[in-house]
Amino acid sequence: MNSFELVTKLRTFLPTEAVLHETEDLRPYECDGLSAYRQTPMIVALPQTENEVAEILRICHAAKIPVVARGAGTGLSGGALPHAEGVLLSLAKLKRILDVDPAARTARVQPGVRNLAISEAAVPYGLYYAPDPSSQIACSIGGNVAENSGGVHCLKYGLTVHNILKLRVVTIDGKILEIGGEGMDSPGYDLLALMTGSEGMLGVVTEVTVKLTPRPEKAQVVMAAFDDIRKAGDAVANVIGAGIIPAGMEMMDKITTHAVEEYVHAGYNLDAAAILLCESDGAVEEVAEEIQRINEIMNKSGAAEIRTSHDEAERLRFWAGRKAAFPAAGRVSPDYYCMDGTIPRKRLANVLSGIEALSAEYGLRCMNVFHAGDGNLHPLILYDANRPGELELTEEFGAKILQMCIEAGGTITGEHGVGIEKINQMCSQFKTKELETFHAVKAAFDPDGLLNPGKAVPTLRRCAEHGAMHVHRGEEKFAELPRF
Amino acid sequence: MIDPRPSDIIDHFADIIRAAAGHKSPLRIRSGGSKDFYGSRIAGQKDCRILDATAYAGIVDYEPTELVVTVRAGTLLTELEMELRKHDQMLAFEPPHFGSAATLGGCVATGLSGPRRAFAGAVRDFVLGVRMLDGRGDDLSFGGQVMKNVAGYDVSRLMTGSMGTLGLLLEVSLKVLPLPAMEMTLRMSMKEAEAISKMNLWAGKPLPVSATCFCNDELTFRLSGAEPAVRAAHAKLGGEEIVEGVSFWESVREQTHAFFQSQKSLWRLSIKSTTPPLSLPGKQLIEWGGALRWYASDADVDAKAVRGGAANAGGHATLFRSPDLCATVFHPLAPEVMKIHQRLKEKFDPMGILNPGRMYPEL
Ligand SMILES: Cc1cc2nc3c(=O)[nH]c(=O)nc-3n(C[C@H](O)[C@H](O)[C@H](O)COP(=O)(O)OP(=O)(O)OC[C@H]3O[C@@H](n4cnc5c(N)ncnc54)[C@H](O)[C@@H]3O)c2cc1C
Repeated sequence: MNSFELVTKLRTFLPTEAVLHETEDLRPYECDGLSAYRQTPMIVALPQTENEVAEILRICHAAKIPVVARGAGTGLSGGALPHAEGVLLSLAKLKRILDVDPAARTARVQPGVRNLAISEAAVPYGLYYAPDPSSQIACSIGGNVAENSGGVHCLKYGLTVHNILKLRVVTIDGKILEIGGEGMDSPGYDLLALMTGSEGMLGVVTEVTVKLTPRPEKAQVVMAAFDDIRKAGDAVANVIGAGIIPAGMEMMDKITTHAVEEYVHAGYNLDAAAILLCESDGAVEEVAEEIQRINEIMNKSGAAEIRTSHDEAERLRFWAGRKAAFPAAGRVSPDYYCMDGTIPRKRLANVLSGIEALSAEYGLRCMNVFHAGDGNLHPLILYDANRPGELELTEEFGAKILQMCIEAGGTITGEHGVGIEKINQMCSQFKTKELETFHAVKAAFDPDGLLNPGKAVPTLRRCAEHGAMHVHRGEEKFAELPRF
Repeated sequence: MIDPRPSDIIDHFADIIRAAAGHKSPLRIRSGGSKDFYGSRIAGQKDCRILDATAYAGIVDYEPTELVVTVRAGTLLTELEMELRKHDQMLAFEPPHFGSAATLGGCVATGLSGPRRAFAGAVRDFVLGVRMLDGRGDDLSFGGQVMKNVAGYDVSRLMTGSMGTLGLLLEVSLKVLPLPAMEMTLRMSMKEAEAISKMNLWAGKPLPVSATCFCNDELTFRLSGAEPAVRAAHAKLGGEEIVEGVSFWESVREQTHAFFQSQKSLWRLSIKSTTPPLSLPGKQLIEWGGALRWYASDADVDAKAVRGGAANAGGHATLFRSPDLCATVFHPLAPEVMKIHQRLKEKFDPMGILNPGRMYPEL
């Protein structure tokens, strides 16, 4: 089926404006948050109902046309990068909150609903949706499920996988699956977990039932400045060793602190090698006690300066810098590249000094923000795409950081997904037989490999070639091969 | 006798699996046998070879300040819990043992969680990674030892609760949590409907409730956390303090509580927490803030009615214990969902030799 035939067929049940095929209409969809990769799709389809989604998939399945699902397009690993010969299936128009059940603390929503909109709808009941990615104003719950997104509060409140109960999923052949349930578990295999973080490879999510969490009575944050990254790392271990699970525990290095301070004026200590933000939430009495203990631990761990937020405005100001780290990177540099490795926390100091050495070697600055409580590191490599060769250097630098994360016993991606971006590093993290298992899981849902082809799991052939590249130390041996 | 090297034990397991695959003869994976009663009978169970998985035991790695422990599947649950307690930590899903021989492998494979589940999460919520042998005897690792990891599909959680039908668990990495500084068990009298709405009301408030149990017109609940928070919540909620709280929750978790004694069949209904009282002949005990209803009956029970009731309440019913060894245990799956299950089973265990039928006849 060619593009014209497909457009005609889709327009038999979709309004004209819901099927895009003119180049200028396709442009806005050519990339997600990882803008270094761009590709216009053959067609963009914008369904409004689950039935329309199923019909689109049935048609594509019959004609063997690839389909890439897209939520809000904020993904940072190229997961929603279109396929040149495929349909980009936007879920943006499925954006209704179907039901909020305050007694059962659940909300049933369509996949295009924004993360923050769920919490806003739950405000009247004193509830909220706990996972809070920094992109929560924009990103969709469907995308959150596909990436198993987290936020600064996920050490205590969990990731997406811990906060959803049920999904409706359309498989590539147009069949509808109900996965999970309204109780706390469901019979059979844990397909809910399998779908979460599956990057649009197994099915298209058309409805999500999320858990809602009671809003804590109070939240307070301690900001501690350290003259040595190692001391800050130890402070994190000491807090956890004392039996405290903070509501949030974030670290920023010096170059980040400088970049954000200029932007948000949070009053950060600019001499510090690292700043820790450690939040406590819960009942008033509980927070008072915990904050006092956190203060003592920071002190004993050698903090050079400790400040505790006195009111909500100050708490938000302390957080403002951390939340603005990405835009701040965008201000101090024309482009930045965000990495997402996770490491066992005790390896932090080593990995950071490794990153520093690489930064010198490549002549590229790197800001480090760190979900310190759960070991998720976001180095932001600053570069200028207009300088010839700098993007390639940046990617090489990034790949080496990920290699370091694997060697430290960690993983190449904590929450942003593999997409196309980290597809080569998957070959380093997993053995052939493990990759084969992933392909088998994919085939159980999508035997023809039509959903998001080329993403998340590399072909074995690709790994063989990537392995060869490694031996030749950075010289791209198969430079002529497409990247995905 | 010198202990065999860990890698030799794995090789031995892999040999057994490969041989069984070669002959297409089923294996029954078993460790402590504490959960032999749970699940359906394996097709041809009498002649089925048992793969005893207890030999691969021991804690591989434990970093209290990383909140992560990596454990061989044959490790006794009691041993693991004792080690964690030394560092004031715990398995927050409070797993039932059902006998002193219970191992971590059985705990993860059955996916069963105890009283704290509704408030802290289930086994699957704490599983970070697994090492396993699949039905070909291949040694595979998924997930890892870190809290956040989205590289590859979440096979670790897929393995959790799969009743040994997809592979033999070798090692599991788990997130652990600190023991609460204080726990207090309280009790008040009320009717079932009132208890259900009360439990749900509390769950919607920022209160440190960590377990609930309604039985015989009494609501027993536990508060856990920092002392000031527990005291403040007690003042808010009321209730009479029960001194033998620890043994009470243990009796609920281990089903030694009087409710669970001498019944013909025991059903487990996992449903929407706000479901009003279910009218079923016999007696019920309610946990998990209303989301878990144990239903025991001396008389013959109409399984269809129980399953229908659970499905209407947004959930499912499991025949947890029954004298009828041939009865269907797990809630039937929708045909499209079963199809996915069968395909997964085929990929992980192409010869269908691992615990065939323990979950569903088709798997
Ligand atoms: C400034 C910024 C800050 C960020 N901060 C965080 C953070 O703190 N934590 C974090 O985890 N992430 C963060 N992200 C990454 C991103 O926001 C998340 O990955 C988010 O979940 C993506 O949602 P989306 O709707 O934009 O998905 P998209 O980018 O549209 O898609 C992402 C993937 O999901 C698939 N997909 C989308 N919808 C569906 C569906 N309905 N069914 C099946 N598959 C689907 C796509 O095919 C693609 O593979 C950040 C991004 C930016 C730009």
